[in-house]
Amino acid sequence: MGVPGGETAERTEPGGNGFVGQALRRKEDPRLITGRATYTDDMVLPGTLYAAIVRSPEAHARILSIDTAAARELQGVEAVFTGEDLADLAAPCPMVWAPPGVEVHVPDHWPLARGKVGYVGQPVAVVLGRDKYGVVDAAEQVMVEYDSLPVVTDPEQALEEGAPIIHEEYGTNKVFEWSLPGGDIEAAFRDADVVVEKRIVNHRTAGAAIEPRSALAEWREGKLTLWSATQIPHICRVILSIQLGLTEDKIRVVAPEVGGGFGSKLQVYGEEVLVCWCARKLGKPVKWTATRSEEMATTHHGRDQIDYVRIGAKRDGTVTGIHAKIIQDCGSYHLIEGPVIPTFSACVISGCYDFPAVQTDIVGVFTNKFTTDAIRGAGRPEATHMIELTMDELARELDMDPLELRRKNFIKEFPNERPHGFIYDSGDYDATLDRCLEMLDLEAFRREQAELRERGVYRGVGFSTYVEICGLGPSRALGPDGWGMQGGYFESAQVRVHPTGSVTAYTGTSPHGQGHETGFAQIVADRLGVTPDVVDVIHGDTSTGPFGKNTYGSRSLAVGGEAIARAAEKVQAKAKRIVAHKLEAAPEDIELVDGRYQVRGSPDKAMTIADVAGEAYIPADLPEGMEAGLDEMCFYDPDNFVWPFGAHACISEVDAETGRVDIVRYVCVDDCGPAINPLLIDGQIHGGIVHAVGQALYEQVVYDEEGQLVTGTFVDYALPSAADVPSFETDRTETPSPTNTLGVKGVGEAATIACSPAVVASVLDALRPLGVTSIDMPLTPMRVWQAIQAAQGRGDGPAATEQGRTLDEHGGGAAGSGPTGPEEGGAS
Amino acid sequence: MSASVRLEVTVNGERHVSEVEPRLLLVHYLRDELGLTGTHVGCDTSNCGACTVHLNGDAVKSCTVLAVQADGAEVTTIEGIGQEGALHPLQEAFWEHHGLQCGYCTPGMIMAAADLLARNPEPGEHEIRDALAGNLCRCTGYQNIVKAVQAAAAQSRGGQGQPAREEVTV
Amino acid sequence: MIPADFEYVAPESVDEAVAALREGGEDAKLLAGGHSLLPLMKLRLAAPRLLVDLRRVGLTGIEREDGAFRIGAMTTHHQVATAGLGLASAAAATIADQQVRNRGTIGGSLAHGDTAADMPAVLLACEGEVTARGPGGERTIPAAELVRDYLTTALEPDEVLTEVRLPGMDGYGFAYEKFNRRVEDWAMVGVCALVRKAPDGSCEDVRIGLTHMGATPLRASAAEDALRGGPLDAGAIERAAEQAAEGTSPPADLNATADYKRHLARVLTRRALGAAAGT
Repeated sequence: MGVPGGETAERTEPGGNGFVGQALRRKEDPRLITGRATYTDDMVLPGTLYAAIVRSPEAHARILSIDTAAARELQGVEAVFTGEDLADLAAPCPMVWAPPGVEVHVPDHWPLARGKVGYVGQPVAVVLGRDKYGVVDAAEQVMVEYDSLPVVTDPEQALEEGAPIIHEEYGTNKVFEWSLPGGDIEAAFRDADVVVEKRIVNHRTAGAAIEPRSALAEWREGKLTLWSATQIPHICRVILSIQLGLTEDKIRVVAPEVGGGFGSKLQVYGEEVLVCWCARKLGKPVKWTATRSEEMATTHHGRDQIDYVRIGAKRDGTVTGIHAKIIQDCGSYHLIEGPVIPTFSACVISGCYDFPAVQTDIVGVFTNKFTTDAIRGAGRPEATHMIELTMDELARELDMDPLELRRKNFIKEFPNERPHGFIYDSGDYDATLDRCLEMLDLEAFRREQAELRERGVYRGVGFSTYVEICGLGPSRALGPDGWGMQGGYFESAQVRVHPTGSVTAYTGTSPHGQGHETGFAQIVADRLGVTPDVVDVIHGDTSTGPFGKNTYGSRSLAVGGEAIARAAEKVQAKAKRIVAHKLEAAPEDIELVDGRYQVRGSPDKAMTIADVAGEAYIPADLPEGMEAGLDEMCFYDPDNFVWPFGAHACISEVDAETGRVDIVRYVCVDDCGPAINPLLIDGQIHGGIVHAVGQALYEQVVYDEEGQLVTGTFVDYALPSAADVPSFETDRTETPSPTNTLGVKGVGEAATIACSPAVVASVLDALRPLGVTSIDMPLTPMRVWQAIQAAQGRGDGPAATEQGRTLDEHGGGAAGSGPTGPEEGGAS
Repeated sequence: MSASVRLEVTVNGERHVSEVEPRLLLVHYLRDELGLTGTHVGCDTSNCGACTVHLNGDAVKSCTVLAVQADGAEVTTIEGIGQEGALHPLQEAFWEHHGLQCGYCTPGMIMAAADLLARNPEPGEHEIRDALAGNLCRCTGYQNIVKAVQAAAAQSRGGQGQPAREEVTV
Repeated sequence: MIPADFEYVAPESVDEAVAALREGGEDAKLLAGGHSLLPLMKLRLAAPRLLVDLRRVGLTGIEREDGAFRIGAMTTHHQVATAGLGLASAAAATIADQQVRNRGTIGGSLAHGDTAADMPAVLLACEGEVTARGPGGERTIPAAELVRDYLTTALEPDEVLTEVRLPGMDGYGFAYEKFNRRVEDWAMVGVCALVRKAPDGSCEDVRIGLTHMGATPLRASAAEDALRGGPLDAGAIERAAEQAAEGTSPPADLNATADYKRHLARVLTRRALGAAAGT
């Protein structure tokens, strides 16, 4: 596996007007707060046909026949297509992870099913017509005959002998198996005085962006344009090119305003390919917008790991090693990169601790459920969750304060190479924890907690100290010869100064709420000596700016922002040469101060960027050999990842009679390097916390044993509202990353990666007097109540726990019950 | 298909007369017939509130109202409460306090908040959170939304209460 | 998201509505606020052929008469919540969210007969009644006879629920304890309690209504009997509440087993009684 180096980028002084670091309000907002923004579903082209998709009600079945006659006869219906009609597609939906030397099973996954379905909601046919209501009626008239096959939904059962095989060609439900070791793991446990083991179910969740997916395709004059609610328009174009057999020059993909992603739109869905195919076939614009029910069933899910984790330690608390085994439920088919997600858990399996030996064994499994793939945090929340809860348990085992245990094992020297080869760039883990505790006042809480317990009120505090891997990423680590991702992970930027001195900056990233138009404008403004209001940031359109790699993995700032900064610095360098030429000075003597390019020592001689642009675009007197124009590009591929970190603390109160959990206080200190715009950071942290609180307390994608989706709407998939969560107390420290010149790390996923173990640990701390030591998420009132019942040895609690089995007993196909349902509970 | 029904409705102060299918949802009437696409659809079960508009002054979920039910009524959408240059205090406050990220839930959130402030000009945090229980946001974690509503309430009361954040405007 | 096609009428009077229902037969449905029916239609779990919209027939407003409240069927949850009706207002204020309360109606909710809805148990505990008008004229349906089974009421397909009559319950303390996961959710279990104290502080009368503890709203009769006529101290309330789930058969769902719901009913009954009795 390719491992990135720890080369250091020198931080640059922008020299401009000091907009970086300011809490500027967003340039994006005027259109959004007035209802004038344009999301995909807001667009209609003349002659648009609407698509309604016929979906499988079966989780596993052979398709015997599809009768579309009745649907075709309905008024306004223009066409009905099935999988057979799409036989001319050049390729199925690709999955881009092919790790060298590892066999990964990738079944053909077509936009419309061919012969067989593997999950409820799988597209089987599409109806196209002029009336958006009429096509829904027509879709109901498409008659599909199925021959049901046995269903398997539990990943551990799916690995057992005799389980129904979902893809017969492989003879197994195992998707792949690989391991990421580092250090001497056998010695780690041989030398340990204490070993703690846990089994943790990190359940399936949904991204649940409030904007459902939507795609509008137009075929005109031999060219295709797709507008789509996507995080990855550039990647989408490449994949459309492959699947449709069209060259990229004939394809334009636009991500207009996008209403949230959280990873769920880091995807090229079959429906996107389908509307393009239909538009080309029929020569008319075709639009499809998901209902929330379709969204819940067929927008990729996240998490869904069963984690076996073992930590060994010396009696003094020095951890000797960590060994995790991850069973990843992949669903029945893959989309763009699902199987690689648990590998991100492996990247951070050392957490923020100086573990001398680590190992993560990963098994991917097919089940008759929808695909899992990246959802906010993508593998890292699962890792933090298992590490932090196991560290808490180790502390109990050692009779040691859990924070003291953490501090004892914190990594203190940076850059720091972990045993599995990753190099943490920078950090100060004690500092974030110190500040968090200062804000929290732990002693005061412990006094309050004791008093409240006297009165039968159960409050507890839980902590999570975390590190995450962000800024994807160094292509030599991630790419074909490294982990095997079939692509590069650079980012592109182009900074164009217009003739009168205003600026357009193109980024290859593709935001959907993060505020790039503001933050990137601040970066450019400082480097050119203009104000952010004359810097227009353009994104999300493959027909403008260079090819880019879009937005996910907290990469936009650390990779895309760095590319923007470097492109702007190229412009600045050229500007200085022009100024030097005009003012008869040496380029190295030109400095940028408050928007003026002036000669060092003679500030009265100066030019503005507008003056420079005038010279550049009327190239009558440029330095010898210089090209006209003021327009520079940068492709930046980082040398290393970036490693944000922080400390989170949650205080919750448990109603021990009903099991209800309420978060009383939430305090966190995060470090994502120097702030470009603190307002945007706070927003990401707030949202990230609630996303994880959602997983910890409320949200779960549930399938029943027949593979039917039980949580098919927002009635059952319990996204928390404002009324269900409190306000949070946040702060930051700023430890620059040496990886990029901005020193930045990324913050989009940080709080989601940090938060869930803090919430769970706070509940366990609250219930410690009642003997509860473990509960799997989501901590619904009933599960908490059942855990208390079981701990108290009372009758109607769940009989068994999930904690009996160990990692060794789980050889990859060993027995085990799966995620717990309401009938059995998930607690001990 | 059923006979269409005559609908006469005033939207953002403008009278519209249309013939509509009885099953046409108000949200689709606003978006598809009138082109008022600021009102969004986020779910199909009246949970998310992205489609919130005012019907005769009350906040309602326009995905759960038939267009024909608005016959004779006055409807106000996000486009009707303020525009750039003449923002509603809530729009101003959402901007000022970073009460939005992707913006998809924002129109509904602002319309629900306006309903609250019309009933209760001085809501506390708990009251604000309760009043917004029918509006889901996945981006903001709600904290800055609550702050924005508090600020708008203070602004509407004559600038007392919480001072506006000091900052540079771009 | 999109309802199946239907015919639509919006009559000017209740009698016209009744006539329309009669004409439409089994496939006709009344539309009030639409917040129970339209979501089902959008998911195509309901597909009536004819919708009879009551928006023009009036039936709104609350009047006090003979110690009772007469509430027009088209009165919204918000209007009920803010009218100072004691228990009914307290319960109505917990329904879903503000937008739903602005639109949903008390008559619509009762006529839908959902055991997870809040108002049916309130009506039952107050021993109220509803007025229904059909082709044969008006009749009164006592609360205990209104909801027959899951989503099934005593209303005939061609009857319109026009009015809700709710005894004022003067002199009763009251409380509504609703348990759900999120504020806008349906009740997992809801318990409403009404307690009237005798001059000596003992329990002169008590009513306990249970939401979502069976196919219909229920009275916790065993608990009521245990408390009625006796002392109202914490111990007595706790003992009575232990019997709150007797005779119930709560439907299990994703978030609650029947056992857990019975447990919740006992806890919530104790809390509601305590609050209603002021102990």
